[in-house]
Amino acid sequence: MADNVFLILQDNEDARPIIEAIEQDNQDATIDYQPGMVRIECPGRLVVNRDSVTEFRGQDWDPMELQLNLVSLSGNIDEDDDYFALSWSS
Amino acid sequence: MAVKKKLNMRKRYEVLTRGMGWDTTYQPMDKVFPYDKFEGIKIKDWSGWEDPFRLTVDSYWKYQAEKEKKLYAIIDSFAQNNGHLNVSDGRYVNALKLFIQGVTPLEYGAHRHYAHLGRHFRGEGTRVACQMQSIDELRHCQTQLHTLSHYNKHFNGMHDPFHMFDRVWYLSVPKSYFEDAMTAGPFEFITSISFSFEYVLTNLLFVPFMSGAAYNGDMATVTFGFSAQSDEARHMTLGLEIIKFMVEQHEDNLPIIQGYIDKHFWRAYRVLALIAMMQDYMLPNSPMSWNEAWQIYYVENMGALFNDLSRYGLRMPKYSDVATAEAEHLSHQTWSDFYNFTHAASFHTWMPDDRKMDWLSEKYPNTFDKHYRPRFEQWREMEKAGERHYFKGLPQLCQTCQIPMFFTEVMSDPMKISRRVSMYKGDRYHTCSDGCKDIFENEPEKFIQAWLPVHQIFQGNCGGADLSDVLKYYHLNEGEDNMEYVGSPDHKRWQEWKGEDKQDETATG
Amino acid sequence: MSLEISSKVIEPIRQTYDQVARHIGEGKPASRYQEATIGLQPTTNFHYRPLWDPEHEVYDESRTAIVMKNWYDFKDPRQFYYGTYTIARAKQQEVAESNYAFVEKRDLLESISHEVRQKVRDYLVPLRHVEWGANMNNCAITDFGYGTAITQVTMFNTIDRLGLAQYISRIGLMVDGNETTSLESAKEAWLNNELWQGLRHAVEDTFVLDDWFEIMVAQNIVMDGLIYPLMFERFIDELSHEGGATFAMLTEFMTDWYAETIRWTNALIKVTASESDANIKLLSEWTIKWSDRLTEALMPIGKAAFAGDGDVAVNEVKQQLLERLSKQGLDL
Repeated sequence: MADNVFLILQDNEDARPIIEAIEQDNQDATIDYQPGMVRIECPGRLVVNRDSVTEFRGQDWDPMELQLNLVSLSGNIDEDDDYFALSWSS
Repeated sequence: MAVKKKLNMRKRYEVLTRGMGWDTTYQPMDKVFPYDKFEGIKIKDWSGWEDPFRLTVDSYWKYQAEKEKKLYAIIDSFAQNNGHLNVSDGRYVNALKLFIQGVTPLEYGAHRHYAHLGRHFRGEGTRVACQMQSIDELRHCQTQLHTLSHYNKHFNGMHDPFHMFDRVWYLSVPKSYFEDAMTAGPFEFITSISFSFEYVLTNLLFVPFMSGAAYNGDMATVTFGFSAQSDEARHMTLGLEIIKFMVEQHEDNLPIIQGYIDKHFWRAYRVLALIAMMQDYMLPNSPMSWNEAWQIYYVENMGALFNDLSRYGLRMPKYSDVATAEAEHLSHQTWSDFYNFTHAASFHTWMPDDRKMDWLSEKYPNTFDKHYRPRFEQWREMEKAGERHYFKGLPQLCQTCQIPMFFTEVMSDPMKISRRVSMYKGDRYHTCSDGCKDIFENEPEKFIQAWLPVHQIFQGNCGGADLSDVLKYYHLNEGEDNMEYVGSPDHKRWQEWKGEDKQDETATG
Repeated sequence: MSLEISSKVIEPIRQTYDQVARHIGEGKPASRYQEATIGLQPTTNFHYRPLWDPEHEVYDESRTAIVMKNWYDFKDPRQFYYGTYTIARAKQQEVAESNYAFVEKRDLLESISHEVRQKVRDYLVPLRHVEWGANMNNCAITDFGYGTAITQVTMFNTIDRLGLAQYISRIGLMVDGNETTSLESAKEAWLNNELWQGLRHAVEDTFVLDDWFEIMVAQNIVMDGLIYPLMFERFIDELSHEGGATFAMLTEFMTDWYAETIRWTNALIKVTASESDANIKLLSEWTIKWSDRLTEALMPIGKAAFAGDGDVAVNEVKQQLLERLSKQGLDL
């Protein structure tokens, strides 16, 4: 099985639609609530899609806004206008 | 007019970053960029640098201002509402003292030295990334000062952190690590701080600590910590990208980079001994033990990272196995040492209460009951008998990491002190581990220069021969900043604020 | 645990950090600017000499010939620390963003004559390279400078200059419907057109100065003190008279930025000069050296950019600069 990538977000209102979008778009993601933060892990690759977050939030969401709530991450980053993704190539 | 082209994020960023620089002709490039060749790192094409976060300056201002507004709103309300009264226990604040003395000045050092890289790397994209990190690090230093400012008004020990950073014995551990990196070439610095420290180890510094602050009711620290982490995510990415960039540029770079990774993993890891102790002992309520954090953030996550990097020929840092074996001992040994030397430290120590001892037994099933609990219970008995002890005399320090020689042979005999000796130009130099010995022997001319606090005291460079003289030199107020927590002015004030029974002095914690 | 704090007054045991109190006086409350600035930089007990410059310590006062008893005597009149800086800039960028969006939406550049647009391509867009040089120079001061009171300002200035270069680049893109042609031709001019070579030569010479305070004078005092009034004020005014007022809107950020920044540079020179006659002598020498050199370098650009009276314009901004600096105590 591929190694896990992870994304940690602050546990606040802004993060909710992001987490909902991740849950929807990444079937293997596991979500762990810890004091003050939410840790999301996924084997191989994890993607946050602009359209999905926009839908859950009801307002346009730019992947750059992710950094307002980001606590930590691991994996190679791939970011474009429409998505933000983390992956291990192995 | 033709239909206007829309530039996507990648293209837009490229146009607004690249191509503004030029190859100088009135001055030779090697004079304009004098520092990026002597390490032997070969860069064939600087434009091969990939920017992971493509923030133009206008977006940077916009997002960072938003973060700052949120953070300062919380800092203001924390001060107005005397938020320090809501922390789990007065002992907790000692973790913040160590933080402002030992970590905040590192943020400052990072700020200044990323500016060095931001000016002196030849590649435009790399320079811009370093400049962004430089200003972020200034942010972290300043937001930490502003957040902890309120604590400084109500607790001792954190009143002169920058003066102490330059002088106090245990602060020479982080100071010498950072200065080691800053005095090295730019590629070594960026491998050290962006990769070994930020990418490999910073999660261990910030994530459990900030989560711990949340767990102990310190909302101001949680906020600055997480707010800083949102920048760290960018910095970690810089760390990973720079490593990939360097090894992709030329095959000759690989052994140099692996050497930097090995060295600076160990240097940075040694600094984290202070963090291990904060996490397990200074937080009255710990959400996660050092060992657990090590397993998740190092063994598992860094295992994944190095699996990924193996396609470039990179491997896990040397002595990772020793660090993993030490994870079951590190916090206990470090806390023992500071308990013994807290008369010369600008924070308090104490013995854990029963609840904490039980938590440590549970989290460290292989080591705590066997090696450390009996020792701590004995010390607690001595305290009850009015014989709280402090170690008289000065410890021997490791020539490389500058930590007193208290680490043990965790791979073979965990109760035996680990010592290594190297000879250089007829003199003996002591180190605490194979990791530190290797580092010394690879660069003896550098490490013989170390400003070792204990040597300096003996040489009369720290105010005098008596402890009192040295503490004055440190600006450490005797009887206020140092010694045992129980009965300290901080403890007394805490009890007054909380209306706690003064007789019941060991009940909390 | 319930708290009974409402009836209690919690008295602080101290007002601020000692490094601040030593500077502003014991027992006084400190501002956020002061806590964010004073005494942050390490000063002693450095462990190792830099491999890349063994002649100096990590932080070393001797990297400049300017001598100050206390490097925290400097004060930024704007009192910028990171938070106030970014919040101020975020407001300005919001205005700039709406200006740029308005111009694009209404196609305002369409109605401007070809000649005026060509002038922008020829004389304004190449300034992105000057800003890039300013970014490098301010970063160099942040690296080698002494004391946070100066180096944090040059840090902000470093990022400002990158931002300014990006705004100028965006004007270049807008002029050509998001094509990069004018950026490319501006770079070509910067590298090869005779008009720009004196300036580029001077900029490259500032990159190799040893004394960071001389970089400060050459870049932030003299070069900016000539180019901003000449190009972002007078030249833009001239374009406005020729029907290009939209460019005044697109360079509002630059003029506001300069008006604000000049308050800091004036204060910087005043404090440095009032410290000693030796400082006055050095600052004055550097000012004369670089204002002569840069005036000469700007002369061909001025003559080409302004219809007829370019040399007058260049000489006037030089005179104004020298008069302003004389008021701060320089001997010019």
